[in-house]
Amino acid sequence: MELEVLWFVLVAVLFAGYFLLEGFDFGIGMLLPILGKDERRRSAIITTIGPVWDGNEVWLIVAGGAMFAAFPEWYATMFSGLYLGLFGIILALIFRAVALEWRSKVNTDRWRRWCDAGIIAGSVATPLIWGIAISSMLAGLPLDSEQRLSSGAGTLVHFVHPYSLLGGVAFTLVFLLHGLAFLRLKTTGTLREEAARLTPIVGGLAAVAGAAFVLWTQIAHGKDWTWAVAALALVGVLGGIAALAGHRDGIAFTATSIATLAVTALIFGSMYPNLMPSSVDPAFSLTIHNGASSEYTLTILTWTAAVITPLVILYQGWTYWVFSKRISADPVALGAPASTEGSPEKA
Amino acid sequence: MDLVDISRWQFGITTVYHFIFVPLTIGLAPLVAFMQTMWVATDNPRWYRATRFFGTVFLVNFAMGVVTGIVQEFQFGMNWSEFSRTVGDVFGGPLALEGLAAFFLESTFLGLWIFGWTRLPRWLHLTCIWIVAVAVNLSAYFIIVANSFMQHPVGAEWNPETGRAELVDFVALLTNNTALAAFSHAVAGSFLTAGTFVLGVACWSMVREARRGVAEAADGADSAADSAPENVRASAHRPALLVGIVTVVIASFGLFFTGDTQAKLMFEQQPMKMASAESLCHTESDPMFSVLTVGTHNNCDSVMHLIKVPFVLPFLAEGKFSGVTLEGVQDLQAQSQAMYGPGNYAPNLFVTYWSFRAMIGLMAFSFLLAVVAWWFTRKGKIPTDRRGTWLSTLALVSLPMPFLANSAGWIFTEMGRQPWVVHPNPESRGDPRTEQIRLLVDMGVSDHATWTVWTTLIGFTLVYGALFVVWFWLIRKTVLAGPPTSDGPADDGEGYGSPAGADSGAADSAEAPVSFTSSGAAASDDRKDEGR
Repeated sequence: MELEVLWFVLVAVLFAGYFLLEGFDFGIGMLLPILGKDERRRSAIITTIGPVWDGNEVWLIVAGGAMFAAFPEWYATMFSGLYLGLFGIILALIFRAVALEWRSKVNTDRWRRWCDAGIIAGSVATPLIWGIAISSMLAGLPLDSEQRLSSGAGTLVHFVHPYSLLGGVAFTLVFLLHGLAFLRLKTTGTLREEAARLTPIVGGLAAVAGAAFVLWTQIAHGKDWTWAVAALALVGVLGGIAALAGHRDGIAFTATSIATLAVTALIFGSMYPNLMPSSVDPAFSLTIHNGASSEYTLTILTWTAAVITPLVILYQGWTYWVFSKRISADPVALGAPASTEGSPEKA
Repeated sequence: MDLVDISRWQFGITTVYHFIFVPLTIGLAPLVAFMQTMWVATDNPRWYRATRFFGTVFLVNFAMGVVTGIVQEFQFGMNWSEFSRTVGDVFGGPLALEGLAAFFLESTFLGLWIFGWTRLPRWLHLTCIWIVAVAVNLSAYFIIVANSFMQHPVGAEWNPETGRAELVDFVALLTNNTALAAFSHAVAGSFLTAGTFVLGVACWSMVREARRGVAEAADGADSAADSAPENVRASAHRPALLVGIVTVVIASFGLFFTGDTQAKLMFEQQPMKMASAESLCHTESDPMFSVLTVGTHNNCDSVMHLIKVPFVLPFLAEGKFSGVTLEGVQDLQAQSQAMYGPGNYAPNLFVTYWSFRAMIGLMAFSFLLAVVAWWFTRKGKIPTDRRGTWLSTLALVSLPMPFLANSAGWIFTEMGRQPWVVHPNPESRGDPRTEQIRLLVDMGVSDHATWTVWTTLIGFTLVYGALFVVWFWLIRKTVLAGPPTSDGPADDGEGYGSPAGADSGAADSAEAPVSFTSSGAAASDDRKDEGR
């Protein structure tokens, strides 16, 4: 396989990892105002992602770094062209991260309300902007003959159209469903039961928006083979909803994970071999061939990624196993006995 | 201001801001790991309390380092897309590696450390913080490799067809002598920062707790001295004091030697930077080191050197006391014009001159504090008289100094290479493969409408300003609350909800055998609040 193709796949894998792992973090953040009726519940909801969200976010940082290293033209064009959108994403990430880290440091209700606001805002804004940004890229942006894209108010119109807005809404709602499945998997007692009651409404919204986005993407931009991943995405969303309704938490989370990965595969698969299609002239598009680094750089990157990435997956997986115990928001006396499965001391 | 100026201000503000928090993270992680090692090895609760106390500060600070780092990662592409295109082939590699090899490690294992106090076996939990400590230093290495390519490009060749620098020798890039010198200097600076922080906080807190103890004894309170919570707290400060003194002394010597090495490299690789650091306008033999200079500094004609010291400068440049000829700004300017065409190739003389002196001068506070702290507290004494006042005042004054010195050092090294964003490597002169690897700042900037960059500049500055206030308030609150009074983590083996040493009272509640869930911990916090 050509190294450019390999690195296109690897960047897609990094984004897939980011959406898979941060997807439920965003969902958890969005569920905070819905399910967090008291401090007990809010604290338990946040604790489900407490030890892992920071490691999940690094997938984005590494995806950005990999774009810079393997496709500098892509990094430069996309990051300068999507200027204000990325500014919004950065602000959202800043507020969410400090809110998550600092929430437990001060013991007053007012402080926690501020932090919760930061978590919620960051968890809604980030997937919304990513959805809009990625679907506008897929739909094509006015890249000029040198594969450059200008930023500014005049160009905002290229990011706001029905397809991109649908993308933003679909990303947000599917992540909400993904987060709901994760919360079901990670909690026990009343919180888990209350989460179950959200299944019809969240599932319904995610199914409608997700299906519309997947079909539109496939019909307008897809290739023959991406029908398979498009179908997989639909099966994932619907299967996740069915499993949630049937209280099969593990299957539900697996299904929404598959949906997240399949949607990412659909988007990157539809894009290939373009990195950023030009809406002005297909010849102006940024492709994996005119945007890639040199052969030598890609070889070095391949070796380092081949050695380190499996280790990362291994130790991140281990982290999830260490913290695999379900969490309860119930008072101690009333709570169902927590499962001790997977606790290393007792294993 | 034009686009280049706004973009430069933005990068400067966000980077200086990022580097307020980064050195404390880099230096404090190994110190906390060391404290925890001592606790695991000796089972002495003093070390446990010190670990939790400084661990909480570390976590508050780490969050700021992370969020301001995200901005840096994106900003190259957002504001400096032409730079990213030209050197991305070389520059992107270390950045990607930083994420892959270091960020994943530190974020994942920090999560394990925060939530693993009662979930992991002791040795494994200790290993987690050591992995974090190594990873934060590893990330510093990779990013400094990237920066050093801009200061002294190696390992790359110019491809005239694509118009960009392309990596040809990865090992040369990783072993760039500039990178090795800058990395060791930055790490020494980080240890000085963290050592000064630990020492300053320990000195100030010790004096405060000791005075409380004296006051209580005078009141005739039944001071079974060791059982009073304040004194339990005070007992955590002595090990921290020792760690602080040793770290500051070692880091000071480290800074001295690495700084000297780095200066010698700069005289060779970036003579213009060093000439302007000295306000040395004309080429001279055995010039004297200037301590004080007046004049409109950005103008060579009006510079007057008031205080000068012989021998220092030749030694700094070449390790000799005499027989050294150094080129002046005006001669270097003429040379550069001949080589690269018309233009101003001198950095801002005022900034380079004073940032260089501030960087060196501010270090003195930390060293002085270490000496005074050692003298005043030797043989187990804790001064509560006027000496106590002296010590705690000096401790407070010294705390911000390493932060300012770090900023001054980076401002010197970054603004000293103006107008270049990729400074030409002098060894590349006449070599067609590498000669073209150089880039002026004006050529690296993204082609944005001015108002968009104003938007992000103002946005980041306001958000950063607000967050700085909160960060400072949180650190102050944590320090005032003091170390926890418990002797070890509550080993209930249940739940992982309570983040390490949450908040004042929370530092206790995190370990209190409260709960099997986080929410239980929160509920117990509420009860405590009512009790107060």
